[in-house]
Amino acid sequence: MDLLNALVAFTNFVFVPAVAYGAQLAIGALGVTLIYGILRFSNFAHGDTMAFGTMVTILFTWWFQSVGISFGPLPTALLALPVAIVLTALFVLGTDRVVYRFYRRQRAATSILVIVSLGVTFIMNGITRFIIGTEEQNFADGERFVISAAAFRAATGLAEGLAIKSTQAITLATAVIVVAALFWFLNRTRTGKSMRAFSDNEDLALLSGINPERVVAVTWIITAALATIAGVLYGLDKSFKPFTYFQLLLPIFAAAVVGGLGSPVGAIAGGFVIAFSEVMVTYAWKKVLGYLLPESLAPEALVQLLTTDYKFAVSFTILIAVLLFKPTGLFRGKSV
Amino acid sequence: MTPRNLALFAAVALLFLITGVFQSWNLALSILNMAIVSAIMAMGVNIQWGYAGLFNVGIMGFAALGGLAVVLTSSQPVDGAWRAGGPGIVLGLLLGVATIGLAVALYRRMPKGLPRTAAILAVLVGGFFLYRAVFDPAVVAVEANNPEAFGNIGGFGLPALIAWPMGGLLAAAAAWAIGKTALGLRSDYLAIATLGIAEIVIAVMKNEDWLARGVKNITQLPRPWPVPQEVDLQKSQPFLDWAGRWGFDPVLTSSIIVKLAYAGLFLTVLLIVVWLSERALQSPWGRTMRAIRDNEVSAEAMGKYVTGRHLQVFILGSAVVGIAGAMMTTLDGQLTPGSYSPLRYTFLIWMMVIVGGSGNNWGAVLGGFLIYWLWIMVEPMGLWLIGAVTAGMTDGSWLKTHLQDGAAHMRLVTMGVILLLVLRFSPRGLIPEK
Repeated sequence: MDLLNALVAFTNFVFVPAVAYGAQLAIGALGVTLIYGILRFSNFAHGDTMAFGTMVTILFTWWFQSVGISFGPLPTALLALPVAIVLTALFVLGTDRVVYRFYRRQRAATSILVIVSLGVTFIMNGITRFIIGTEEQNFADGERFVISAAAFRAATGLAEGLAIKSTQAITLATAVIVVAALFWFLNRTRTGKSMRAFSDNEDLALLSGINPERVVAVTWIITAALATIAGVLYGLDKSFKPFTYFQLLLPIFAAAVVGGLGSPVGAIAGGFVIAFSEVMVTYAWKKVLGYLLPESLAPEALVQLLTTDYKFAVSFTILIAVLLFKPTGLFRGKSV
Repeated sequence: MTPRNLALFAAVALLFLITGVFQSWNLALSILNMAIVSAIMAMGVNIQWGYAGLFNVGIMGFAALGGLAVVLTSSQPVDGAWRAGGPGIVLGLLLGVATIGLAVALYRRMPKGLPRTAAILAVLVGGFFLYRAVFDPAVVAVEANNPEAFGNIGGFGLPALIAWPMGGLLAAAAAWAIGKTALGLRSDYLAIATLGIAEIVIAVMKNEDWLARGVKNITQLPRPWPVPQEVDLQKSQPFLDWAGRWGFDPVLTSSIIVKLAYAGLFLTVLLIVVWLSERALQSPWGRTMRAIRDNEVSAEAMGKYVTGRHLQVFILGSAVVGIAGAMMTTLDGQLTPGSYSPLRYTFLIWMMVIVGGSGNNWGAVLGGFLIYWLWIMVEPMGLWLIGAVTAGMTDGSWLKTHLQDGAAHMRLVTMGVILLLVLRFSPRGLIPEK
């Protein structure tokens, strides 16, 4: 019984949250890794692209709610998501046209492109704050739980409850669909193959008659979609706040680098590595250990390795360790 | 200094004069003081980026470390704090450093393989628990010491002027540790790593209450030597006589005199840093740096020690930022970890360097003055603009209120647009590198 209780407590407080968070990071890191593979720079504006897309989703969610459209037990935000993806893609294509294309033609150095993306960050951040403000927004509606802790306890008779929030289930389902669609696109369609070719060897791809502008445009559209989805899932699961999204940049970059920049499989693996490490290091293990160990050994302290305020330190340490010992990441980067 | 550069400096000076004449001298001087501090930070970034091409986006962290040094050096000692847990904290930190040092030594000495991995893991895990066992009780004891008023370890009560170089030293020590691990990575990896370091520094300062009271903030830090307190000035008879003779308002005049004193001090530091940087840039060392920046491979082929030079320049630049961060905390008279944001303390400083002209010290200084002035003044300008746009709308309408509330955020957009325009049409900045 104690073993089961420990397992349920672990699932409830570590496994389920980490899986949901990992899926969100993975989708975010896919966007970073695609931009890196095709456009060859680290896009610092990615966090703010997520914030921008989420903001558009929230605005449409509010509008749908006000005219009485709902999605039954699912959050209304999922209905608003496609509209937001289109608008974010248009915005991002606009920034490419006005800003990035010039430097691409010049074949500017990577660091110049990164600084340019900082300028774009400023602008997107300002627009988001201007439209929706800096406060925290909760926009999840519909059913709150798939399994609630009380129902689980009643059904199993265990002392520990297992709660699965519907946002966590939605995150995982969406992530599976998104990843499957993306890999089908990259591996099976002509455009997807041309993207991979472009990422592997730009000159060879150009010689084979691949239109670079088209590849770049498709990349931006996919990135905008991924960023919006990641942002909305994170916002549904936790809450939306522009500054938090900017700070997500660190775990997302860490996930992309751990997996190997430019490698989509790596980005997904990296997302889960970062999420699990972050949750496990900042979780207080007292409860789980209390069930597992005999009474005399049961810990009195929280058995928390680091407080949650230091979660950045976790992604950072992993990032540095990977960069030092395996700079190409777990899945040799630099190819889509 | 070419006539064109002098004209640019004169134009920026004119902006400050206009602010003084049309708004208030008090405002103009407070913008000027922060602009000088920002210009020094911009010099630090310029040393790293302009001289050596190192992409450090952790400026916020180094500035905050400078501020921390001010608290640890110049605030008054806290009664009983050291006795409560000082030795424990120091011992704990030493144990932590020793653990990492031992792990690094094992990594270097032992042959590659399973035994090495196991030994390193054992050292790290054992060291971590040992460190927590010594460190945690000491921290609890210090934080329990008069928690309403203090609860921190306290400072040495040294003069504020000593705290500035200490800020530089603390930032330099951090830069050494970061540089040892992260330099040599590709440019955008270094950017991501430094971005993370800065967030961690701020997280530590917010959460480690024993260090500087965390988000409860430390206030009333002492002023540097020649700067008087406004209240003392207003009480002194010679000052009152003098102000009366000229017909000045004593309260306003005292605050202006304090700001002028700060400005004088800060300008002295700025000129010293500019002078040293110019000398360094024109020395063989500076030429080596630029050679490495322009072509690492050929510089290495010429026998230049690239990694060593990079580490040097990274430490120097960070130390300059740390000094400026310490000066800023002294100027504010308080340390508020919650107020550090990467947009303001990292990317705005970067903008100063890019707009002013990377690789040119005078450019960084000019950029510092210009961009900081804009950063402050864009907000009232935006409000004025929004006011003009919304003048025709009915009062209290939804759109009008929203536009007026949001006007403050327009400065981020404006700054982004300026940065992109400069990068596009004048990528070498206002005062390009020679």
